[in-house]
Amino acid sequence: MSINWFKYSSPQAFHPLAGRMIPWFSVAALVLICVGLYIGFFVAPTDFQQGDAYRIIFVHVPAAWMSMFLYVIMAVWAGLGLGLNARPSFMMAQAIAPTGAMFTFLALLTGSMWGKPTWGAWWVWDARLTSELILLFQYIGIILLRASIDDLRRADRASAVLALVGVVNVPIIYFSVQWWNTLHQGASVSMTASPKMATTMVTAMLIMTLGFWMYSIAVTLARMRCVILERERQPSWGKNTSIQEVAEAR
Amino acid sequence: MSQPSMSEALRGIVHRDLQLAMRHRSDVAMSIFFVVIVASLFPLGVGPESAVLRMIASGVLWVTALLACLLSLGRLFTADFLDGVLEQMLLIPQPLSILVVGKVFAHWVISGLPVVLLSPLLGLQFGLSGESLWVLTLSLLLGTPTLSMIGAIGAALTLGLRGSGLLVALLVLPLFIPVLIFGAGSVTSSLAGIGSEANLSLLGACFLFSLVFAPWATAVALRIALE
Repeated sequence: MSINWFKYSSPQAFHPLAGRMIPWFSVAALVLICVGLYIGFFVAPTDFQQGDAYRIIFVHVPAAWMSMFLYVIMAVWAGLGLGLNARPSFMMAQAIAPTGAMFTFLALLTGSMWGKPTWGAWWVWDARLTSELILLFQYIGIILLRASIDDLRRADRASAVLALVGVVNVPIIYFSVQWWNTLHQGASVSMTASPKMATTMVTAMLIMTLGFWMYSIAVTLARMRCVILERERQPSWGKNTSIQEVAEAR
Repeated sequence: MSQPSMSEALRGIVHRDLQLAMRHRSDVAMSIFFVVIVASLFPLGVGPESAVLRMIASGVLWVTALLACLLSLGRLFTADFLDGVLEQMLLIPQPLSILVVGKVFAHWVISGLPVVLLSPLLGLQFGLSGESLWVLTLSLLLGTPTLSMIGAIGAALTLGLRGSGLLVALLVLPLFIPVLIFGAGSVTSSLAGIGSEANLSLLGACFLFSLVFAPWATAVALRIALE
């Protein structure tokens, strides 16, 4: 028996699969985020230096992680699309971009909400903040470039090149706190050393990160379905499916 | 008929682009006057306090150089794209990235080099002196070619699109930011007396990095645009 690895690389086959997966990931996201927020807001101990203001990190740190992860994943899909000349890869890259931009904005927003009570300023021009802001501009640039090219094939490939060029910024963000002497603190959680914070805090943060992952997957799949329907409205199955869906929605 | 070698092709393209630019001297003059005028606006807006001017000099001059590069990016490929020459150029037997390097070099000579040569004069206007003046010139000399190379990627990606002038700014300015930080930082640190070597080295690293990757990415983008 041979497995057909490429079965779901056709948009037509992927569309129903995505539809079946979305509820699972949505429920997982909802549960994990609720549990994470509960532990973060009610169970985790109050920080002796920062008081309760620190609790925003349970949203801030996972959002910042996701903003970088999603960029890399988007760039990988874009690169796969360019290398294999595969349309679904470009569609994935297109579907991921808005979620990545949203998490980047969320990280900046929660960061400034934390910065006001802790540093006394909404915004400082520190290396990590600036490079995260550049990441937001890059997401916006990629979305705008795609939107302003009418020819789909060129839009796919041009925004893929831009996404790949922008990957340079991701290690700069990640290492900015080590390379420059910045106000933003260094990482408190790492793969290699034991965390420099209470276990409940780490647990809450990791659960939140998992929840954000599930949310990203669910939203990306939902957007992917829209992208597929929008692009495949010519072939008969796409037309039928969209008519059916509109009927179901009513 | 023998094929021209890579260096011959490179020289040919640089020669052609420079000759074309010399036929439109007003274009070159425009970017020079743009820099002079924009740089002169700041003292009028901020006020003539020499201490303040010295502090903002590096940032103002660097942002001006960056805008001058950005405004001239439209000229890099558009004319050749519109009259179909670019399409013929894609067919040359040499690697396309060689062509890109040639065109970017010519673009830098026309738009970047005048800014570098003017910068000591503009720096004097802002009250810089001695070592920091040299650091400013050197940082621009290292930085402006990098700007032209990164800008070429954006110019190629937006070739022939509607509203490409604004779009190219949105795509390219975020990528310019590291160059701006290190360039302006080198002057600031030399003014503060802590030495500018670290920032200048990083600028050099940016230059080498973009020299390796940017022409290649531009070539890919050009092929996508002309498919």
